[in-house]
Amino acid sequence: MTQASGAPVGLFQRELLFVTGKGGVGKTTIAAALAQLGAEQGKRVLACDIDATGGLGAMFESGPTRFTPSQVAPGIWVMSMDSEASLREYLKVNLRIPVTGRIGPLARAFDFVATAAPGVREILTVGKLCWEVRERHFDLVVVDAPASGHVVGQLSAPQAINDLVKVGQIRSQTDWMIEILSNPERTGVVPVTTPEEMPVSETLELTDRIAAETSASVVAVVVNRVLPELFTTREEEVFEQLRTPSRTAAISAVLGGDASPVLEAARLAVSMRRARALHLQRLEARLDPAVPMLLVPYLFTRVGGLRSTRQVASALADELGL
Amino acid sequence: MTIPSPPPRPSLDRLLASKEIAITCGPGGVGKTTVAAATAVMAACHHGGKVLVLTVDPARRLADALGLAGIGNAERRILPEWFKEAGVTPRGELWAAMLDTQASWDALIERHAPDVRTREEILRNPLYRNISGRFVQSHDYIAMERLFEIHSTGAYDLIVVDTPPSRHALDFLDAPRRMAEFFSSRLLRWLIVPYRSRVITMASRPFQQVADRVLGTQFLTDISEFFILFQSMHAGFIERAEAVVRLLGERRTTFVVVSTLESTPLAEAELFSEELLRRHLHLGAVVLNRTLPDYLRDPEALATASALENRAEEVATRLDTDPALTAPLLREVAESFINFSLVARREAE
Repeated sequence: MTQASGAPVGLFQRELLFVTGKGGVGKTTIAAALAQLGAEQGKRVLACDIDATGGLGAMFESGPTRFTPSQVAPGIWVMSMDSEASLREYLKVNLRIPVTGRIGPLARAFDFVATAAPGVREILTVGKLCWEVRERHFDLVVVDAPASGHVVGQLSAPQAINDLVKVGQIRSQTDWMIEILSNPERTGVVPVTTPEEMPVSETLELTDRIAAETSASVVAVVVNRVLPELFTTREEEVFEQLRTPSRTAAISAVLGGDASPVLEAARLAVSMRRARALHLQRLEARLDPAVPMLLVPYLFTRVGGLRSTRQVASALADELGL
Repeated sequence: MTIPSPPPRPSLDRLLASKEIAITCGPGGVGKTTVAAATAVMAACHHGGKVLVLTVDPARRLADALGLAGIGNAERRILPEWFKEAGVTPRGELWAAMLDTQASWDALIERHAPDVRTREEILRNPLYRNISGRFVQSHDYIAMERLFEIHSTGAYDLIVVDTPPSRHALDFLDAPRRMAEFFSSRLLRWLIVPYRSRVITMASRPFQQVADRVLGTQFLTDISEFFILFQSMHAGFIERAEAVVRLLGERRTTFVVVSTLESTPLAEAELFSEELLRRHLHLGAVVLNRTLPDYLRDPEALATASALENRAEEVATRLDTDPALTAPLLREVAESFINFSLVARREAE
């Protein structure tokens, strides 16, 4: 199995990490584990939940999270993105327009403008994240970013706005955001995938799109739920011999119970692993060799909560040589 | 291609025989596209007639799932030879289309624009290019819009729709209504009026001032120009959006919820099913994808696996294979069973 050429150049030296990937690959778990590792490196980490589903908070067994970051563990703060709250903060900080509460017209105007002018919601999201980086409120911001396609929209939002808006206050704002996002030493995208057909295809496509449509860089790819290697070639030969009816019967006789489902399950595990290995190879072949691939083993325990976050974090630490 | 395990109750097959539209939906990553493709293949094989599988697919996943390149915005027939190669003789025809959001929007503008000049101006407007191309929810809208259009041609007996990936599985249901609301918004008029007449009304002044400072005048002019143009198509859009919403609620439309048995997708799928019922939409089937085989949950088999784990050496000596190699192997086999049975039991919950 592969390991990246040496330790990736300071994954945790960066200030802003976008963790993304196809739905269902365990993006949130990986984002939480990266935040955990960052904190273990002595960083003050902000983990941001973009979809506001509260999934990220649950990884640290904290209560519901809000726009205002709340500390969930030593060195780790969690917030939920809310583009309207972000607008309110922006107006207050930059234009000194105090906006208290949910005033009807503003909320409606915002909804409207956000729907009308694409990129507005995205820019408020990305803007808030970049602002946290610029103001150095935290050493590292880990983003549980939306599924593949949407993250491209977010990362390219400042440029898109820049192309559309030629003057005005927004223009001067997008410039410094682009600077942060396009500096690979400060910002990185971390796609998460599983070694399965569709997630791998989507990851490859995502890395192409990030290169083509955004100024951001992919700094690592996490392959989640990698099944353990069950047998060596030699062992596999023996295993095949065990599956003959007479030997299966002999095993069953010793144990006093039918052993065939147990052997059948092992065969299933082997073929699942083999199918996955092919997708892993495909990913490796197409991926830029400079981008490290971090493999996280399949967890047979329950996912969610601090326990699994720590397990995944330690698997990642092994891969990163931390 | 993964074939989803067939639901045990009234079969998906029978459901498809009596419907004109089947919409697969569910959380991300559960294999919606694969299920949509497999469903359409099954319908084409078992029933006669023309079956279309339709997807809004920024990631070209349907092409992957069907194992073909080169399907696009126009419907394309899956050639009978390909079925023959796979050893299947379909009774009907299978067609596929993968929607290109931009091309579909352009087609929509062409249909609704009152005259050539308006059409050209809209297509050239920078804001329009941006909305139609990047605006994520526009996928949702265009999927429902194209479904309506293709269905109304009556060219297909069954249309299987793979819903676009979205933040919330329900977004596409609301897309037509949101689009209609959007174009009849009062705020739209606020935005348009000052740039049209250059008279700022009392009501819109504060908003305009903030907007001007933040966004700059050029951008606001682009916005207002765009919406003034769009206003001319207003009635057509709203009428259309309402018709789409009606079609989704009709008896000939059914929804197929897809999920895996993992806890997060399952919870989302449950919510989704409830929401369908609340809206009086027809929930025709639930497809549980990637389930592990039943024998993994058999307590007797688990007991045997535990016994094997503990007594691997003893078992190995009773066999005619090399015990030094066989014993660790047997232990691994047992451990693997125990691991997978844990997952299988969790799924069963």
